[in-house]
Amino acid sequence: MSDTIIKVENVGKQYLIGHNRPKGYTALRDVIAQKAKGVGKTIHQTLRGKQLMEARETEAFWALKDISFDISKGEAVGIIGRNGAGKSTLLKVLSRITEPTRGRITLNGRVASLLEVGTGFHPELTGRENIFLNGAILGMNRAEIKSKFDEIVDFSGVARFLDTPVKRYSSGMYVRLAFSVAAHLEPEILIIDEVLAVGDAEFQKKCLGKMEGVSKSGRTVLFVSHDMVAIRTLCTNCILLDSGNVVVKSDVETVIQTYLQKDTDDNTEVSFHAGIGGRLVKLMAAKITDSQQPANKVFTVNTDLKVSVTVECAQAIRFNVSAFLYKSSGECIFNTISPITDIATGTHAYEFIIPGSFLNDGNYYLSFFLVKDGTEVLFTRDEVLSFEIKDSVRDGFWNGKWAGAVRPSLQWKIN
Amino acid sequence: MQLIIEPGRTEKNYWKDLWRYRELFYILAWRDVKVRYKQTVIGVLWSVIRPLLTMIVFTIVFRNIAQLPTEGAAPYALLVYAAMLPWQFFSTALTESSNSLVTNSNLISKVYFPRMIVPASAVISSFVDFLISFAILFFLMIYYQYLPPAQIFFLPLMLVFVFFVSFSLGLFLTAVNVKYRDFRYIIPFIVQFGLYVSPVGFSSSLVPGKWKMLYSLNPMVGVIDGFRWCIIGGEFTRDLGMSILFSIAFTIIVLFFGIRYFRRMEKTFADII
Repeated sequence: MSDTIIKVENVGKQYLIGHNRPKGYTALRDVIAQKAKGVGKTIHQTLRGKQLMEARETEAFWALKDISFDISKGEAVGIIGRNGAGKSTLLKVLSRITEPTRGRITLNGRVASLLEVGTGFHPELTGRENIFLNGAILGMNRAEIKSKFDEIVDFSGVARFLDTPVKRYSSGMYVRLAFSVAAHLEPEILIIDEVLAVGDAEFQKKCLGKMEGVSKSGRTVLFVSHDMVAIRTLCTNCILLDSGNVVVKSDVETVIQTYLQKDTDDNTEVSFHAGIGGRLVKLMAAKITDSQQPANKVFTVNTDLKVSVTVECAQAIRFNVSAFLYKSSGECIFNTISPITDIATGTHAYEFIIPGSFLNDGNYYLSFFLVKDGTEVLFTRDEVLSFEIKDSVRDGFWNGKWAGAVRPSLQWKIN
Repeated sequence: MQLIIEPGRTEKNYWKDLWRYRELFYILAWRDVKVRYKQTVIGVLWSVIRPLLTMIVFTIVFRNIAQLPTEGAAPYALLVYAAMLPWQFFSTALTESSNSLVTNSNLISKVYFPRMIVPASAVISSFVDFLISFAILFFLMIYYQYLPPAQIFFLPLMLVFVFFVSFSLGLFLTAVNVKYRDFRYIIPFIVQFGLYVSPVGFSSSLVPGKWKMLYSLNPMVGVIDGFRWCIIGGEFTRDLGMSILFSIAFTIIVLFFGIRYFRRMEKTFADII
């Protein structure tokens, strides 16, 4: 390919994780307390004649593990990967917010990074003032901002409120103004982190158009997103990161396919050898599958999911299974119960279907209750199954995260 | 334009980068000043009222109740105000700059620029405050029909002096404050304590001779005495020279170590903030 504009060679970034530090920062009082404790311990142990041992209190964690890749001029490259794959760290290193621990990056051009819309916007300042402030923060000089000022205001559509403090703006206006400033940057390399998922659909379309324009005009774009649709629209090539490594760098379709098919941490099938639970009933196995194509492991918002639970019963009782579906963030989406019936001794399989076009994309887990006589809970188990529902390609206009706990497909009528 | 990122690279180009980002520095300082006067209802008035009221209280307490002597023929209010000016600047600069990185944490974790710009612009915005409260000094002089001595022409030099004293200590505290987040509880105490151990409400000539040396270790003693010397006049005594020399030495040392410590910490600010 033509000339390389970004050359990344063996870049690694290490973070130290303190086990005694629940939060990101240190408190002086903790340091003092720990020092004092340490001294006390040392004295205590010396007196008892024990050998002194240094406790490892921090652990090294490599967010990026010696990654290398080249990006040519004019390429629009998407960076995808699961949470914690190192995408954000890579962007931070590329935009110089944090230094790499080792390796070397060569950038042949001016870099502007948009890790957030409206960085440095101050609520007390007016729209006009914030344009200058934000522009300077993003690396434009005054003359540049002045020459593009009208264009920025036009693009944002908030001309009427230019002299109002932005704290009085609606969130939509705020984002539009912020994005407009960013969209008028003219660096050779533009680094963007999921900022397109903002604003209303119309404005989003405008932004995507602008971004496309940027990459068409021969500038290089690096774009991180979870949103495969936006990546497909915007990028020509793609990099897949996984736990700090570059898995593959290729054209968009290949990489997205690899990403979607990659094994996940999901726990879609479990079986308990001897069963778990009480004396009466034991939970033997549980699994969640695609009800149409059992071999398929990639669930999208359109997949019909079949949940199966096997229980073993030691004596005949009146029994039912109760299933709870939780979002990974912990909110319960629903609770569903099987019919309450008399069951005989032996193994019984319970099943239900979660239809497609019902759950939103995201990570979920299932918990089960085993219930006697419809009231007495014999056994409960949290997070028996966990799975991810991926977004599917949409044919529309909207590229952001679909709002809501569920995403049902409902019958609309237009009269 | 080629840019290379590798471990330790920011270190090498530090001063060059600082120069390259001067525009951002200017804009951030402008923002700090602007926001400062927008946020309080009385805005600019605040930077006038605060030292004025403190001056009145101090004059009543130290002159009328404690019956302390003034220096030469100067009105006591003027003696207090001449010290109040640099002190107020010093204390706001310290407070503002030490919190500056934490309050600007969203900026630091999202954009690269030499981090020193942030505390520096905080000190500058306090400096603007300081210049405004200067106006009061002239009204006081008119009110007391007081003609300042010829030394008043050294005042600009004193401004530079107090700026560096505040900046050096501010920079150091800023870095400490990022690392140890509970340090911010100590800063108001330092400021409060400092007000009483510095000669703000009284003349430093009241300090007994044998303690003079020790007393001058407080860097603000040299600054305040310098200001008084410019505004109130009097002889340039050996004590005064010594205390000024002390605080210049203090500033140089703290600035040196402050910059060093700040730069060492700077690389990790984005990771720990």
